[in-house]
Amino acid sequence: MQPRPLPAMKCIVAGGNVKVLGRAVHSLSRIGDELYLEPTENGLSLRAVNSSRSAFASFLFAPLFFQLYEAGGPQPHRELCRCKVLMKSFLGVFRSLPSLEKTVGKCLILLKPRASRLVVQLHCKYGVTKTHNLTFQECERLQAVFDTQRCASSLCAPARVLAEAVVHFPQTLAEVTLAAGPGGKISLRNHVEDEAEPGKTMVTELWLAEDEFQTVAVAPGSRITFCLKEFRGLLTFAEASNLPLTVHYDVPGRPVIFTLDDAVLEVHLVLATLSDPESNLQPPTANGVSHLPAPSDDFADDLESYMIAMETSTYEEGSGVPPIPTFPPCTPHPAESDPEEEEEEEEGAVPGTPPHKKFRSLFFGSVLTPGRPGLAPALEVLAEDSDGEY
Amino acid sequence: MRFRAKIVDLACLNHFSRVINTIAKLAKTCALRLTVSKLYFILSDKVANGGVSMWCELCQGNFFDEFQMEGVAAEHNEIYLELVPENLSRALKTAQNAKAVKIKLTNKHCPCLRVAVELPSLSSSSRMVTHDIPVGVIPRRLWNDFREPSVPDFDVSIYLPVLKTMKSVVERMKNLSNSIVIEANLSGEMNLKIETDLVSVTTHFKDLGNPPWASEDGCQSSTQSRDLESMAEARIDIRKLLQLLAGQQVNPTKALCNIVSKRIVHFILLHEDVSLQYFIPALA
Repeated sequence: MQPRPLPAMKCIVAGGNVKVLGRAVHSLSRIGDELYLEPTENGLSLRAVNSSRSAFASFLFAPLFFQLYEAGGPQPHRELCRCKVLMKSFLGVFRSLPSLEKTVGKCLILLKPRASRLVVQLHCKYGVTKTHNLTFQECERLQAVFDTQRCASSLCAPARVLAEAVVHFPQTLAEVTLAAGPGGKISLRNHVEDEAEPGKTMVTELWLAEDEFQTVAVAPGSRITFCLKEFRGLLTFAEASNLPLTVHYDVPGRPVIFTLDDAVLEVHLVLATLSDPESNLQPPTANGVSHLPAPSDDFADDLESYMIAMETSTYEEGSGVPPIPTFPPCTPHPAESDPEEEEEEEEGAVPGTPPHKKFRSLFFGSVLTPGRPGLAPALEVLAEDSDGEY
Repeated sequence: MRFRAKIVDLACLNHFSRVINTIAKLAKTCALRLTVSKLYFILSDKVANGGVSMWCELCQGNFFDEFQMEGVAAEHNEIYLELVPENLSRALKTAQNAKAVKIKLTNKHCPCLRVAVELPSLSSSSRMVTHDIPVGVIPRRLWNDFREPSVPDFDVSIYLPVLKTMKSVVERMKNLSNSIVIEANLSGEMNLKIETDLVSVTTHFKDLGNPPWASEDGCQSSTQSRDLESMAEARIDIRKLLQLLAGQQVNPTKALCNIVSKRIVHFILLHEDVSLQYFIPALA
């Protein structure tokens, strides 16, 4: 008798972790329209990317997060499956966080590749079971290429501090600039488009003292501009989970990476930053990292030709978070004006293009079909593959 | 030309923010007139505003702990600025638990009102937030455009009903019609009417009371000899009325309107330390 094909992935989330999962989905929904699920030996990874490929988020839930975790794997009758579902559908299951907390005891997630169904089953109070059958699409691995070790600057603060900081900016604000200012202060400022008439837009700037952060290791005078909307989604999650948020960034144009770490959860948010060819930034202090030549300005539009060879499906054991680079503390510059004076206007990149196009596109998107390792023709690579973080 | 002011008291800050929120709901852009003792938010009746005009007056001493103003010239010790009140409203919105709020007129790259908010924080130093609100300096030759409007020669003056009630009535009427008729008489009766092809709706208010205006050499004789039951009416844009009613965050001490039949409705809302006048012209 033929054994019935077992589901590829099966996991059960119980108790308070159901709400954590729900919040993670909410956070991912701020990024993109599709949710990528990837069961691995290290846990279940949920990922999303936005349409312009300038924002990527991943939540890696370790096996210990689950009451039961079976990734599936190369065994007879089991297949490792990477799939994506419509974000709207998946979010619908976890739509109401308060009701998740109050009524749901367990959440079962089953991937049934033969039936092309992702089953999310909520076991609620009073014996009620809600089963959601979502269609999924098999897909390539979604992986942004980034490396926190390549970042010249990093900051770590309780999420609350950053949440309290962004509240001063309007919900509709697109981009914000984070800068290392004099006296060790870190500033956040709304980014004003070049096209906007100077002297017509309100400029808001917030200063945080160094001691509000847990660690500050920033290149003096460094600054980056990124999209606030996607960041807010992560911030909400971080605040609720009470985890400190680490920001890794480098020069303008290179992505900024936000990370949250916990024993059972690893979160990454990678955002493209506005490139700033005419800024007179100080180059980062010597850190031994050789920077690849900046790509041309057409790059942002040229997504199709920008393909990166993907790793094959080998997973390193025991891969943890790369150590946060430490750098000598930034020294204040006496020549620089104090925060009370207005800073120099930041020059934008390409004028006249809609905001999201100015951002460097990141990473992405092998068109390899699953199960066939091989390299797509490698075109220009902005950054080498990360050291097997997943 | 210099202007510096500071608010330290949270209640004053809250009150000032509420005034600004009301102004922001009434005007997209307006003039801010600063004198030694008062602040005025002024909207003059240009065609672009749909003919509405606004005059809001505050005593600076009721809000600011420090207030220093030096006008454009010694004999014209005033400053007139053009600004977007919504910006000021936004700047103050997240400052409600501030240790201090300072407002300063600056001119780095362009004239700005810099709102500097000092916020409490767990660290050794406070958090500073600055908002640079771009403003335009209104030259002296244009100051005449912003003179205080005189009280019109009205037909009827009447106290308004409770604003919350009036607002909810007008809100529902807004869905049915673009214009609304306000009519009132000297017997304390007011009607709000809308009329369309399909439906007409009237809400009646009574016992509102009529404010006693001191007659100055009989110039108000028109009202004194007026038939108490006779209604003075004006048809106005319903959205403008709703803007006024929706913007009120606190119940005024006194709220009244003066109706010049078929010409204009003049609203006066008085709080302890703020007075607001709003003129809505009648539709043709």
